[in-house]
Amino acid sequence: MFAHDFVRNAYLAGTFVALGCGVVGWFVVLRGQLFAGDALTHVAFVGAITAAVLGFDERIGLFVLTLAVAGGMAALGRRGQADDVVIGTVFAWILGIGVLLLAVLATSSEGGTGIAAANTLFGSIYSLSPGGSRLAAAVGLAVSAGVLLALRPLLLATLDSELAAVRGVPVRALGVGFLALLAVVTAESTQAVGALLLLGLLAAPAGAAHRLTASPSRGLALSGLIAVVAMWGGLALSYEVASLPPSSAIIGLAGAAYAAATLFSRTRRRSAGRG
Amino acid sequence: MSPSLSLNPVDDFNALTTYPFMVNALEAGTIIAVLAAVVGWYMVLRRQSFAGHTLSVMAFPGAAGAALAGLPTALGYYLACGAAAVFMRGGRSGSGLGSPGRGYGTETATIATVQTVGLAAGFLFLSLNNAVLGGTETLLFGTFLGVSRGQVLTLLLVAIAALAMVAAATRPLLLETIDPEGARARGLPVAALDLGFLLVLALAVAATSQITGALLVFALLVAPPAAAQQLTMRPGLGLVLSVVFALAVVWLGLGVAYFSIWPVGFYVTSFAFALYLAARLWHTTARRRHRGD
Repeated sequence: MFAHDFVRNAYLAGTFVALGCGVVGWFVVLRGQLFAGDALTHVAFVGAITAAVLGFDERIGLFVLTLAVAGGMAALGRRGQADDVVIGTVFAWILGIGVLLLAVLATSSEGGTGIAAANTLFGSIYSLSPGGSRLAAAVGLAVSAGVLLALRPLLLATLDSELAAVRGVPVRALGVGFLALLAVVTAESTQAVGALLLLGLLAAPAGAAHRLTASPSRGLALSGLIAVVAMWGGLALSYEVASLPPSSAIIGLAGAAYAAATLFSRTRRRSAGRG
Repeated sequence: MSPSLSLNPVDDFNALTTYPFMVNALEAGTIIAVLAAVVGWYMVLRRQSFAGHTLSVMAFPGAAGAALAGLPTALGYYLACGAAAVFMRGGRSGSGLGSPGRGYGTETATIATVQTVGLAAGFLFLSLNNAVLGGTETLLFGTFLGVSRGQVLTLLLVAIAALAMVAAATRPLLLETIDPEGARARGLPVAALDLGFLLVLALAVAATSQITGALLVFALLVAPPAAAQQLTMRPGLGLVLSVVFALAVVWLGLGVAYFSIWPVGFYVTSFAFALYLAARLWHTTARRRHRGD
């Protein structure tokens, strides 16, 4: 199957997008910010439609809008961490804008937008261009490197923000920076996995890693590993089974890993309780 | 047929209610506003917006699965939302022991995983069914103006059932929301209350999203209650305010959309967001004035 260009592109982009999602996702779960991630994935969808309406490149819309909304949520929330209600209301309004733009698009353009919208929602990893997949791989790698570089201060700011502030760690800036990083991951991965399914790649491998180990270094590695394995397995499965969309296969495997980790940690705790 | 707005409110009201589809939409909107405002008030207080959003998205696999299996669409909505509620509760780590930050993180991981696995399944159903993807947009963004008489009646029955359940459990639910430890100490069935509320939320979302679309039910669930809670933390007054806000948003949204070419969903969410911002602004200025005295 690696004889085909489109498969090689998908594996190149997929591997590093999954790695980025796994590494960033581990912190997203630790910081309890998955809802913000959820909102950003939907914002990415609206960003893509905005770009289509204005006639820009899709990627500009994705990056500009997700970064802007991440900044806005960080500003409205306390300590650079957007809270539940702020995310919810901003989120709902952005979706309303998306509805408006879809209506504009439906009345103004020559059609074929339904397909474009569906691709943004659910991704089309097998139709990436060579340049697009190299860019996706570079962004995924850069984001993972960024998290690892800021590992110690980020960990301290997350686990004990008071202590971090005392030690001179810029907690608020780190919070905003982390949301911005999340926005970049979201914008880039939307093209591969799709806006609606990206959340699973952020949440499921990281959630599984958190269930299995409390150690940060092992957890980060495990989370990245599960994400990459789910990506490879999902791509291979959907290549073999024609009716299985790649996004569904990838998320299905990631979800199965999470369910298995949950059951495993539960039985382990139960047997530890007895012993 | 492009109705124009006169400045006479009576004429405008008559213009609004000329067509049966508009009467149906207004009635459905009113029921939805009350239902979403009350259930949403608890949801916002319990910090469960993420779960609420996940449930509202479950309409997609529900509808796609029902189409694949040849079941009625409405049944698919209820089954998918109910299943998601059970899975979200099932994945919760024990009884909230352990450090709070960590517990919250893995809990949201469960919710997020349930959400995306549901969406992935919906996408799979759709592709197995060879369905045209154009239907996805209607599914996600709704068709407020295509509501039938029967749908309004079903909605009314579901709303009465859901509201009755919330009313019956008001006191234990409030106690469990505000002080889970205290509720457990008093012997309240905390786990059952949790699951019960999620199921009522699922019921409300499934009934509502058939009309407003999967993505917009969420705006009504979160914005009016959030605005109400900026203004008062008293349960009775807060609930009333929340219902009033939701009614205002829905009626205004439907009314303005009728005289305009843009979709209902855009107006409803924009009014709701403006309302939340206004309430927040009022809250901060009131607090500042209070501090100044």
